[in-house]
Formats: sequence, C-alpha cells, structure tokens
Amino acid sequence: RELSSESNIYIYCLNILVFVTLQQRDPMLKRDCFEDILEERRNSSDLKYALRCYAPVLYKGVTPCKANMLKNIVLQSDQLHYVINQVSQESGEAPDIIQEEASVILEEMAHRLQISTVRCFAFALSKAFKTLFQHVCVNEEGIQRLQQAIQEHPVVLLPSHRSYMDFLLMSYILYTYDLALPVIAAGMDFMGMKFVGEMLRMSGAFFIRRSFGGDKLYWAVFSEYVKTMLRNGFAPIEFFLEGTRSRTCKSLTPKLGLLNIVIEPFFKGEVFDVNLVPVSISYERILEESLYARELLGVPKPKESTSGLLKARRILSEDYGSIHVYFGQPVSVRSLAQGKVNRSTYNLFPRHIPRKPMEETQSFVNDTAYRIVRLQEDNMVLKPWVLMASLLLQNLEGLELSVLTEQTVWLRGLALSYAAFLDWPDQAPTAKVVSSSLALHRGLACVSGDRVSLVVGEPLGPVTPEEALFNRAVSVLSCASYRNQVLHVFLRPAMLAVAMLHLSDEVYNCFSFLWDMFSNDFILCPGDTVQDFEEACYLLVKTGAVQMPQQDIVMTDIGQPTLSFFNGLLEPFLQGYQVVCRYLCEEASEGLTEKQYIPAVRSFAVKLILAGNLRCYEVLSSDMQKNALAALLRMDAVRKVKVADQVTLIVNKMAVNSIDDILGKNRMISHINQTPISPSLSLVAVAEDLYRDGLTPSYIR
Amino acid sequence: MASDSNSSESQRIAQQRLRIIAGHLQKHKDDDSGTIATECKAEANKGTVPRKRQEIMKWNGWGYSDSKFLFNKKGQAEFTGKRYRLSGMVLPSLQDWFENTFGASVNHKSPATPALNASAVPPASLNEAFVEDLKATGIPFSHEAEDRVFRAHGHCLHEIFALREGKKFERVPDMVVWPNCHNDVVKIVELACKHNVCLIPYGGGTSVTSALECPPEETRCIVSLDTSQMNRILWIDEKNLVAHVEAGIIGQDLERLLNESGYCTGHEPDSMEFSSLGGWVATRASGMKKNVYGNIEDLVIHLKVVTPRGVIEKSCQGPRMSTGPDIHHFILGSEGTLGVVTEVTMKIRPIPEYQKYGSVVFPNFEAGVACLREVAKQRCAPASIRLMDNEQFQFGHALKPQVSSIFTNFVEGLKKFYITKFKGFDPHQLVVATLLFEGDRERVLQHEKQVYDIAATFGGLAAGEDNGQRGYILTFVIAYLRDLGMDYYVVAESFETSVPWDSLCFSLLLSFFRVLDLCRNVKERINRECKERGVQFQPLTSCRVTQTYDAGACVYFYFAFNYRGLADPVHTYERVEHAAREEILANGGSLSHHHGVGKLRKEWMKESISSLGVGMLQSVKDYVDPDNIFGNRNLL
Repeated sequence: RELSSESNIYIYCLNILVFVTLQQRDPMLKRDCFEDILEERRNSSDLKYALRCYAPVLYKGVTPCKANMLKNIVLQSDQLHYVINQVSQESGEAPDIIQEEASVILEEMAHRLQISTVRCFAFALSKAFKTLFQHVCVNEEGIQRLQQAIQEHPVVLLPSHRSYMDFLLMSYILYTYDLALPVIAAGMDFMGMKFVGEMLRMSGAFFIRRSFGGDKLYWAVFSEYVKTMLRNGFAPIEFFLEGTRSRTCKSLTPKLGLLNIVIEPFFKGEVFDVNLVPVSISYERILEESLYARELLGVPKPKESTSGLLKARRILSEDYGSIHVYFGQPVSVRSLAQGKVNRSTYNLFPRHIPRKPMEETQSFVNDTAYRIVRLQEDNMVLKPWVLMASLLLQNLEGLELSVLTEQTVWLRGLALSYAAFLDWPDQAPTAKVVSSSLALHRGLACVSGDRVSLVVGEPLGPVTPEEALFNRAVSVLSCASYRNQVLHVFLRPAMLAVAMLHLSDEVYNCFSFLWDMFSNDFILCPGDTVQDFEEACYLLVKTGAVQMPQQDIVMTDIGQPTLSFFNGLLEPFLQGYQVVCRYLCEEASEGLTEKQYIPAVRSFAVKLILAGNLRCYEVLSSDMQKNALAALLRMDAVRKVKVADQVTLIVNKMAVNSIDDILGKNRMISHINQTPISPSLSLVAVAEDLYRDGLTPSYIR
Repeated sequence: MASDSNSSESQRIAQQRLRIIAGHLQKHKDDDSGTIATECKAEANKGTVPRKRQEIMKWNGWGYSDSKFLFNKKGQAEFTGKRYRLSGMVLPSLQDWFENTFGASVNHKSPATPALNASAVPPASLNEAFVEDLKATGIPFSHEAEDRVFRAHGHCLHEIFALREGKKFERVPDMVVWPNCHNDVVKIVELACKHNVCLIPYGGGTSVTSALECPPEETRCIVSLDTSQMNRILWIDEKNLVAHVEAGIIGQDLERLLNESGYCTGHEPDSMEFSSLGGWVATRASGMKKNVYGNIEDLVIHLKVVTPRGVIEKSCQGPRMSTGPDIHHFILGSEGTLGVVTEVTMKIRPIPEYQKYGSVVFPNFEAGVACLREVAKQRCAPASIRLMDNEQFQFGHALKPQVSSIFTNFVEGLKKFYITKFKGFDPHQLVVATLLFEGDRERVLQHEKQVYDIAATFGGLAAGEDNGQRGYILTFVIAYLRDLGMDYYVVAESFETSVPWDSLCFSLLLSFFRVLDLCRNVKERINRECKERGVQFQPLTSCRVTQTYDAGACVYFYFAFNYRGLADPVHTYERVEHAAREEILANGGSLSHHHGVGKLRKEWMKESISSLGVGMLQSVKDYVDPDNIFGNRNLL
C-alpha cells in the first residue's frame, strides 16, 4: 500500500535524524542548582526581613510609575480613544459616557501595588511557609538571569499554575531576591473574596474577567493596560499561560489572549524585544490535592472543610514537603520570531487601531505558547513519590513493598535516562527514600504488612455502592495527579509503545493517531508529530527497549518491561476515551446537549464500574471527559449545533465507532453489547473508513 | 563672543544686500530679453571640477586634497586648508572624544596607501571601433589608470577602504569621456549603441549606494560618461523664476552662479559641494532647506534626457500637467539606468533677505521628536530643522575650536551650568535641535518666536545661533572626519530612512513615536550585531531627524566602530549595516529617503515596491534601453 511505503521511507529518514534530535535536546539538560530560601528565614527575624530595604533594579533605570499615573496614561491613550469613539458610534452613546465606562472598567481591573502590603505578605508568608513546607528551593542562577533580563528588555514571567499559592509565592521570591515585583493577571473570581481580593490587588494583582468575548471596550482597556505596563517596563508582567490552575497536575493547553497582547508591542516595533521567562513551580504535595479530585468528580467538598477556619487549621498542621521554583532561561521573542513573522506587514496600519493578529502571527504565538509550556514542563522537579504513584496506579490491588521499591529504582533509571528532573536524595538508601515518600503521602497510600496500596477514604457509617465508588475515585484521582507530573517525560515513547503493541507495521500512523487524539490532554506542539515521533524513537532506542534495523521498529528482548509499563501508563487515557466513544455510540440520546454531556458520561461510567465491566476510575474525571469530547470535535466525529440557547452535540456514530475500534484494539474491557472486533482489521482499513466518512485526513499520513 | 557674532552677522547681511543689488542691476541690463542665454560651445568652462579631478581632490578619500583632519605632534586635532570655517583651526577636545568614544588611540595608526598603484588596475579593454568614431567627434576622452579608477567608485565605506588598502578593483571603467554639451552626449550615446558599449553616467561621484561600481560581470567596454564639463547656466527666466542649467553643474557652482544674478535654487543637499544637478535628479535628492524650496522633484520643471531610444523631453514648461503619469518620475530616481540627464529647467528664488541660525536644547530625544512633530503639524518648520541625539550633540562639542578668550570660556561655563544644574538637564540625555530661518527680516523674527514658543512647551531652551551653525558645519566636515577615523582603525558610515510619525503623546514625560521606536531599535540592533560579530569595542551609533514632513520624518544614522582585532572589518561592517536596514524596514522605515538604492539595497526592492512594481520599472527599462547600454545595473 502507498501509505505504508511512505511511512517506511519516513522511518528510514528517521534513523538519520535520531542523532540530530539528540543534539537538539541535550543542551536543555543542563540545569541549575537550588538554594533553600526558607533556611535563612528559619535563622533570622521575619520582621526585619519584611522591613528591610527593598531597591530593585528596573528596566533601563525607569522610575516606577504610580498606579494612578498608569491609569491616566491608559485612559488618555489613542488606542483607547479610537475604540471609545467606535463604540460610541455603534451604540449611539456619547463618548463621555463610554469614556466613563472605560474608567470604571479600569478601576475594577487595575492593581494598586503598595510596598507596605507586600511587606505584610512577606511577613505572613514567611510564617506560613515555615509551617507548611520543609524547603522552598529556588535556582539562584535563574534569578541572576532574570535580573539581567529585567534591565535589558521588558520581561514577562510565565509560571506554571498548580495552586493558589503560585502567585503569592512568585512575588515572595522576587521580593526576597530584591527583584522588581511583578504585576499579575488574576481571574476575577479572586475578587469575590472581598478582603483577600483587595490585599492581592495591593500586592500587584490586576483582575480580568474570565470571559468578555464580544466586549470591545473591555478588551481595549485591558490590552492597553497590559501593553502600557510592558512598553514602559514599569514592572515585569506575570500571568499563567494555562489560564487556570491545573486540577490534574498536567500542563493545560495554553491560552493565547494575553500572550498575543504582550508580544504585539514587539511586532509593532514599540519595544526592541520581549523576554519570556518560563517558571516551573513544583510542589511535593499540593495543598488542594483532594479538593481537586472532588472537583473533577463533581462531588461537593467534604462538610468539614466548609468552615474556612477549620480547613486552614488542618492544612497548617500538615507537612507539605518542599517547593521547587525554577526560573528558566529567558526566551527572546525577537529570536523566536526571526524568519517566522514579517514585521513589516504591521507598517501599513496606524498603530493605534486594534487589529486581529494575522494568521502568520497567530500561529507564531500559538507555537510560542506551546514551546513555553514545554519549557515549564522540562524544569518541573519530580519527587520519588511521582514514580511510585505511577506504579501504584498500575497495580490498584496493591503490591509488595519490596516489589514497589525494586520497580521504583528501575523506573528511576528510566526517568533519568529520559532527562527527567528528578530530585532523588542521593545519600539516602532506597528503602529510606521509599518509606519517607510513603510517610509524606500517607493520606494516599498505606502499608499494611508488606503490601502497599491506595488508601480509600474511611466511610463514616454505612455507604451506598456509589459513595464507596466515589471515595475510591478520589484517591485514584489524587494519586493520578502525581503520576501526571511525570507524563511529559514519558509521553512520547509511551505513545510509541502503545502504537507498537497495537500494530507493529503501521507504527507511525498509529502514533500519529494517538498524538492527534491526545493533543488536548497533553502538551503536543501543533505540527510537531514527526519531531515527537523521532524523539520517541530516539528515547526508546537509547534505553535499548527497541531497535531500529533499517526501516523497522522492533522491540528488543529487554524492552518488554519498559514497553508494558508505558502501555500501562497510558491505559487509563485509552480506556477513558473509549468509554466516551461507547457512551456516544450506545447511550447518547438524539438531543444530547453540551451541558448534559459530563453528568451523562459520568453516570454511564459509574454504571460500567458497578457492573464490574470497567476498572478504570479516571474516566470519572470531568477533565478527561472534556478532553475526549474536544478530540472528537476536532476530528469531526462530533459536531456542535446551536439550537435556541442550547448547544447540542450531533454524533457521527460511524466515525466515533471507528475511533473506538482503533482505541479498543487489545483492550480488555468487556461490555454487554460489545461488538467483537475482527483481529484482522488493520489500522489502515479503519483509517480509510474514517476518511470515507468524511473525517479530516489530517492524522492519516 | 556676543559682539563677535554680531559683527559677522552684520557683515553677512551687508554681503547679501550687495548680492541682491548686483542681481537687480543685472536684471535691468537684460530686461528687454527676459532671459540670459548661453551658447553650447561658446563659453570656456569655469566650473570648479577639472577633468583631472585628482588634481584638486583626494583619490582615496573625501573632498579637496588640501583639506583634512589630522592629529598634530601634540596629539591635537586640526583641520588643514583654507576652504572651510574650521580650516586652520585646532580642535582641542576632539582627541579625547575620539579616544574615549572608540577606544582608539592616536598612537595606533592605520595609514592609507600613499599613491595609486597603476599596475594593480585592470587593463582597459577598449572597443577600437568606438574609440575611432569617438575621436572623429572631437570629444575629449582618456584611458589613464588614475582617471578610470577615480570613476570606478562612489563613497561607500568598502570602496574607500579598498582604495586606502591598495586593494585591486575587480572592474573599473575602460575609458572616460567628457562631453561638453547636450549634443556631445547625443553623439556618445549613438556611438555606444552602434558599437554596443556600456555607458555609466558619472556626475559628482558622491554616491553611497555602490551605484558607480562597475558590474564585474560586464564584458563589454565600459565608458564612464563624466558630465562635469557640462556646467553652464544656459539661461535664467526671471519672469517665470526658472533657470535652464546643464546637468553636470555641481551644487556649489550652481548656487554661486545664480547668486551672482541675485537668485538661488535653495537646494542644498549635504553633498552640494561636489554632487551634481544630474545626480540629484537621478537619485531623487533632498536638500536641507526643502521646507522652503522643496525636494528635487518639486524643483524640476523640465528635463532633457538622452537615452538609447533618443531624447526624452516634454513639449512645454507648464507648472503642473495632467498628461498621464508624469514621465519625469521615470527619470527622477532612475539612477543612470535609462540615460543621461543633460539639461534641467528648475525653479529659482530671489536670494532671501535675511538668514538666521538657531538652536534649542531639549532634556531628551523624546521631547525633541515631540517638538519636531508639533512644528510639522503646525506647518511652521523653518527652512531647516534638525534634531541631533545626545551622541551627536557630544560629537558636535568635540569639534569646538580652541577659544582664545577667558571670557568666552567663562560664558560657556555659565551656559553649561544653567542648562545642566539650574534646568536639571542630564548632559548624557540632552539633545539639540538646529534651526535655519530664511526670508525677510520681520517674518524670520516672527517665525523664530513661533518655533521657540512651541519648543518651550516641550521643555526646550533656546541655545543660541552659534550652536545651530556648528550643527550645520558638522554635516559638511563629517565626511572628512571619516577619513581621520580610518587613519586610526575606525570605520564609519551613514545611512538614512524615512518613517511615519505615529505619535502617541500623553504628556511631556511620555510620548511614543514610531520615529523614536525606529531609532532605538536600530541602535540596539547595531549594538547587538556588533557584539555578535566580534567587534571588540562599543560602536558609536547616533541618529538625527533631518527632515520633517506632515506625515513623517527623515532619520539619518551615523555608525562607527573601532575595528582593531577584526580580520575583515568591511565585511563585518556590511553585515551590521544589512541587519540595521532589515530592522529599519521591520519598523516601518523606507528603504531610502534620498540616498537611493544603487546596488547596495537592490535586494529589498521587491519587498519595498512589490514585484509588480519592479515589473513596471523593468518594462520601462526594456523599452527605453533594450540593449542595456546604460548597464550600471542599479535599482533592478
């Protein structure tokens, strides 16, 4: 067949490219050392620290701008005036009134950074951090690079987002190192907490509405506000590319709105360059751990936690391990855009008239966003527990402590050879490492006798089977949030492993299918399929799990454990997506609305689990359900139709069925009504079916 | 000092009056005819430029042989000769500035080759038949090495550098011809077509775009057509205020001759001492006083151009026509690719009664640009208004001649104290705008007040006539200074662009301009590129806004660095300039405001005017010059 010969040629080229990949990725492996900033806090006065002299260096020596002056600049800007006049013409309102509206919006949005508030926070956070965490580690070389970057060009800080703590922590660290305090884009929901919201505002947060789709005026005020701060370099701008806290500890698909805004001044020549600084914040234990799991399951928070005070006290009494904050290498937008975006296309429009970014720019910004998130992932610090969680999830019934220890050691080797940023205490004996990890996470795993297994929340009194199921699901999802931290390291070879175990002669096609399917769940840069495939091959070859004689990919004798571990790693995702497909094919009613989708899939899955036909709890996660739906929408297997105020999902059952078939190969879920899959059905044939059904052929080479 | 300048001022006014009276007298004499006509061959050539240019001009540097900067035995800079206001003066602060700015030392010399090595010049490959026919016309020509090499280059850095180093030119003209009038040019072009000879018109030789470089791939005989002997004013029509002039005349001669009749063109490009009228037309030149007189395209009324297809000219001299696209605009900026401009009718004006320099100091470049924008907006720009950045301001200061009196020193000190201490200007931030007003006295003074009032609203302080005048002197001697730099391992060049204002003015403190962004980004790009390319010393990057328009400004950059430690400084320089041009284009600047494209910037033509635009130009070229007789390969 044509398809297969093409991919054979492809694999041939790959052998050559493997070494190129090696050269590309290796330089990133040089990582800095960490310093614990809490150490000094434990040995000297917090008060003195909060009151110390604070004199950060600024961008080319600008004088910091008072918050009020900043507002005036924005309100007087030509950009805003243009939009105000436009809106006034459209709505028939007088420009004065629109101007007034703009000023109200700005009032609601703007930060009021005050050093006194920051000092209060510095004091309070010192106390809190010392109680909660063993260490707060920062790479000081990164801080030095940042200090340099702040003086040269406007800086945009892009931290990962796993916890509410993130931005307090960032400001705390910058204050500690005498760096310019950032202004931080925060979601409006924070403002709901009256007092806290104002405190955050005074420590540099500015608030944006979660959605303001068509509101031109809001957009104009917002983007001008951010750009004014950037152009003048009054303060580094900080925002979360992921848009919201990741409840699963996987990086989220980046949002592009703010990134577009901060990059535009470079394209328009208003600044020479913009430095994007990825920051990876890794928590050994996340404060919101079980809250997240419950949120994903759509179950209400446990009663006791409704009282904020009680909750806080409980949290303060626990040990949350260490935090690692890694400030990555500043990324120059100018060098990234070199040869990709022709800036002179911006010359034919007045700079104050807002324009939609051109296609070229959009894809550049999208690319950049993915790249930055991958850089964040690369510098996430992984704890031994992350490896243990990955193993435990593949053995839900529990396993011998000695086996767990042995396998953890094996996995450590694998992770290290895949360049994971593993924080493994070097001096301590392995048994000690394992036992202290188990101790820290005793809420999730327990050792009884020689067996280690997941903890299932002790039911208070009699419970229904559903309640028991959800209790178990909470601990599985909590545990999964740790496994998820290591996925970015293993993802590409794991997809390859799955592809190989599925169908060894059409590996690339299968890989590419999975790649496309999972691109909402994982950070896979658009258009990088080939490169990711190369990387996967390279890594598997490197660890001896596969060989690539000429045009083939074959598993080696010693490759079995690696490949089956990888297969197990992705199993919950494959099953989850499959359950969604089954639901859409078999259960979904005609007029299924988008709103009904998540609860419906959830109860379908609950039914399957209770009937003993499904053992995968992760499918109960609304995150996975959303991602699966997004993938099906992307592949045109499901369409959204707006009927009245409702969005209805129209399912192309043929297409969904075919996708289910591909996912279902070798999968062990039995199900009533399950149509047996002919083993001879090759992927190519399935793919061709899909193609005929009018699917986009993009994922079929 | 004050009395000094007053007396020189009154002297100048007196001289101007005299000239105007002389003009009036002449006018009476010729009143019956209305024009002053001159016959082609009748008059002896009395222009500044001899056929053997090397007799009075440097063969490997800028300008007159007798005028140059040097560091004397005491290490002090002086300017030799008698031609300029600075001539014969000692410039005590130049050495410090030079050494500090470039990290250079007067002890590290990089002297030029003393004389042209004639044997290193490629031998002339002559088209014998052409030469025979040419002899019959009696038009003078030469194929001596000195004459040929002199016309093989303009004043790009790489060209002058090669001459100084004694490097061999790959291709030079095989012969030089000196037509004396329009008809001579017609004959030469006819012969060139007949014998398939390549012609390269040569006017003042001041090109900075590699426009005069002979294409190395040219295998035909290359003839340099030197227009310098076509330098007469053929007639002056005072009724219509136009003069008909041969295109080989150089700026200073044109101005001098017109002045004798009480007129001027007001077209004063910085190169006007040497550049020619034909060259201005061929490159779309711009003069310092364009605000009053216009750029070359505004000044030209009628053109006579000899092309391989014959002579192009319009049939009348109407001040404006709607007769399809203006064919003059095919010629303006054609850079010698279509033919030779032989005669030009251009506008003239009576010499202004009164002229006054001025200057304004601003706390920073941003404020200065904001002021210039406002002046342009109110359409009250003086004849010339330029804004030098801080680097150039300091450079200008380094060129202050030795002052003899203690009193002057004292006054200077006071001024400095007033500006920096009392007004709080940072000496490393402040910039200066130089001004030149022209017109009748009343109006100049009124105008001056208006401009100073605007300046004041942007925090500008009037800083005297002297500072203004010094600014303009700098532009005439800067090219001489490059030669000095090259004696001490410093290479330098200038380039220019035009860019929209795009102003966003909030307040005095905060203003954004595309102009400013472009200046900052280009400077930063240069610094960065230099670092990346191994330049060991901090380069000098400096810019000034030299012209204002309703819709934008012309920005001029100087760029220089100490090249010690570099293997191929010219190559490094060229790469940096290339990057700087890319940066200009990316920031909304044009490919050129007035230098032209030549061969140096050809690669960006398509991007600049679209491939369709290039096609349109190409089709004109194909029609007018199908055999590529005018084969300098500029522009396209």
